[in-house]
Amino acid sequence: MKKLLQKIIIGLLLLLLLKPATAQTDIDGVMMEKNALCIGPMAGYSSWKNYWEGTLKRDNLNLGKVSTTMYSIMGNYGITNKLNVLFGLPYIKTKVSAGQLKGMKGIQDLSFWIKYKAFSKKIGQGRLSLFAIGGYSFPVSDYTADFLPMSIGLESKNLSLRGMVDYQRGIWFGTASATYIRRSNIEIDRTAYYTTEMHYSNEVKMPDAASYNVRAGYRDKGAYAELVLDGWKTLGGFDITRNNMPFPSNEMNATRVGFNFKYPMPFLPQLAVTGNVMTTVAGRNVGQSTGFNAGIFYVLDLSKKEKMDADKSKK
Amino acid sequence: MKKINLLHIIVVAFLLHSCSKDITDRSTEFPALQPASTDINAGTWRPILLTGPTEFPVAPPIATTVPDYIAQVNEIKSFQATITATEKKAVKYWSAGAVLRWNEIMRELVALHNLPPYQNPDGTYPAPNANNPLAYPTFPFANPPYAARAYAYVAAAQYDALVAAWHYKKLYNRAAPYTVDATVNSLIPKSDLPSYPSEDAVVIGVTTELLKLLFPGDQEYIQGKAEEHKRARIIAGANVRSDLEAGEALGKSVAQKFVTRARGDRAGTAGGNPTIWAQLETDCIARGEIPWISQESPKRPGMLVNFGKVKSFLFDSLTMVTSIRPPAPPSTSSQQFKDELAEVYSFSKNPTREQTRIAHFWADGVGTYTPPGHWNAIATEDFVKQNFSEVRWARNMGLLNMALMDAAIVCWDAKYFYFNPRPSQMDPRIKTITGLPNFPSYTSGHSTFSAAAATILGHIIPARATDYTNMAKEASESRIYGAIHYRSDCEKGAECGNRVGNFAIARARTDGAE
Repeated sequence: MKKLLQKIIIGLLLLLLLKPATAQTDIDGVMMEKNALCIGPMAGYSSWKNYWEGTLKRDNLNLGKVSTTMYSIMGNYGITNKLNVLFGLPYIKTKVSAGQLKGMKGIQDLSFWIKYKAFSKKIGQGRLSLFAIGGYSFPVSDYTADFLPMSIGLESKNLSLRGMVDYQRGIWFGTASATYIRRSNIEIDRTAYYTTEMHYSNEVKMPDAASYNVRAGYRDKGAYAELVLDGWKTLGGFDITRNNMPFPSNEMNATRVGFNFKYPMPFLPQLAVTGNVMTTVAGRNVGQSTGFNAGIFYVLDLSKKEKMDADKSKK
Repeated sequence: MKKINLLHIIVVAFLLHSCSKDITDRSTEFPALQPASTDINAGTWRPILLTGPTEFPVAPPIATTVPDYIAQVNEIKSFQATITATEKKAVKYWSAGAVLRWNEIMRELVALHNLPPYQNPDGTYPAPNANNPLAYPTFPFANPPYAARAYAYVAAAQYDALVAAWHYKKLYNRAAPYTVDATVNSLIPKSDLPSYPSEDAVVIGVTTELLKLLFPGDQEYIQGKAEEHKRARIIAGANVRSDLEAGEALGKSVAQKFVTRARGDRAGTAGGNPTIWAQLETDCIARGEIPWISQESPKRPGMLVNFGKVKSFLFDSLTMVTSIRPPAPPSTSSQQFKDELAEVYSFSKNPTREQTRIAHFWADGVGTYTPPGHWNAIATEDFVKQNFSEVRWARNMGLLNMALMDAAIVCWDAKYFYFNPRPSQMDPRIKTITGLPNFPSYTSGHSTFSAAAATILGHIIPARATDYTNMAKEASESRIYGAIHYRSDCEKGAECGNRVGNFAIARARTDGAE
């Protein structure tokens, strides 16, 4: 009966095909146990009215409020207790509240991560863990990157490497990570474009990026509540010139702060709700975005399922 | 062990991923100019503004046996003995052709300057000031009509200057330094064309002089390019310094005729004033039609309302009004209008990926070299394969760009004569797939430009005529896909553009180059 229920839930989740938030699970100190799959939908909304044109903060009466709605499905599977694979796939829709531009929508990039807990040792009163995370993402639809800020993504294929350290003492923890993101060039619908000079090509050189993420707070028995500081910086790129449109290879930097939580249901601990709010406190050639995400995750123990299947086949 | 292997895979993938991101730029691939014909008689071709090829005198060159000339040859030898990688690169770059490279430089300047000024705090808009070009808003705002006119003046002036240069080349018949002295290396393909006055320097002189008027705030960049170009010609062994000096002086003289014309062609007052802006609206209402309203916020005066009154190159203003101006658009109260508006709405509602691609491919909007620049880029890539001489390059670029400028004049005349509203003004449900231009709808600028360009280019390269027609049709329809134009705007615009292109063909048939 329980197995059937699980199947129905998975089926429903897959059918719903929801949007990805800033995937928390690839960037926290929590691992899924061997053969456990944590999966669920997320939904999010973010918007900005002001943005940085280079370093100049401004609004744009011909855009008004630029909003992004996302639905995603995310999952995290334990290959072993120390090695997890994760994925995320979002659907994104953009919209402006003023002016004439039509928003865009579509399924964006499929992301995969491999998360490896390389080291874990009791140090002092707490436990120190070190992680290495490799990620890859690529567009799964032929969306248009060269129509910012309406575009749903930047279209590059991204390979990321992250080092992460986590320290937990009692119910309190802190996690810090740094990531390097190698971004592939992209192809746009034009045969020539201007950055700081003319380019006669439909290919755009995308600067790589680096990011850091620091989070700290309460974490106990599958629940957590944490404050987050997050920074993203492209390693190169150029500024939007005065009253110009943005371009995918702009320098895009953002510093964001926020709050995350995950809360497992007391009556059904496999089921948890997550949520976060994030706001941009500094940036360059990006919107001063504020947004929130919410998700529901369910943990399936696939080893139990295998066992049950095995039992069944004996009958 | 399994996990370690997985990590190894990631690291290896990461390294593979980090191979070179360098992009092949088509403009760096152009081969050195190697004309099929020197067009040695081009001095007899019909100029545009010059009364004849000898209107500006060029003194006879010094003999190639005198010490002064030998010293100039030694300058080449010294450069060649110590040539650097940067100099080699410059020689290669400029070897593609003077007309080609300066046309590219103009496209770059247009893209840099094609930005609408940001509003004042009171909701009005500042106008760029040619006398203070570096202050915001920088001069110029190189929008499509401005760009079309800039490309045309430079191309037409280059043509006249080169016709004069060819006259003197044939007259004086001084060989290139690599021919005079066999120990001078030729770093570019050799030619029998006499080198005095230097055709490259003629282009430098005429272009830099006109760009002082058209892009007065970019002089450091322009003069830097000019210096590099001249040096490249000496280093290449193609010109001695006196070839360059005579050529540059001739170019500068010819430029003055075009500067004088430009100062009096009414472009300076094309922006109009509040009285004219109000009058256009009143006149439209008086005709019983719904006037165009700016949908920018704050409302921006229409772009260059009087550009239709600018002096054209290929026909006079009476001809434009009587033979080229399109008939009135469908009345906003007609069934045809309602049907066309519904068509635009259908494209706006559910754009396909392919329609979006086409809309963006041809958009050439803010921060780009504009539609006339796009057609210059198309022409350039085709002309490279034709092995034209510099003078024929200039002639063909002149024809193309005079057609594009006159297309802008004709189209802007129709836009402000009829003052027709945009689809999104008539149906607020219509959201656009590309930027909405801030001027009336009828007729479509893209359609007019593209048809004019395709018509004259099809005459210049008949084998490509069908391709050009198809490209122009796609450019035209891209504006309906973009949900910013009705079908009538595009079809009537294209018809006007074809008529303009035919005037260019008529000139081409009688200029002596065919």
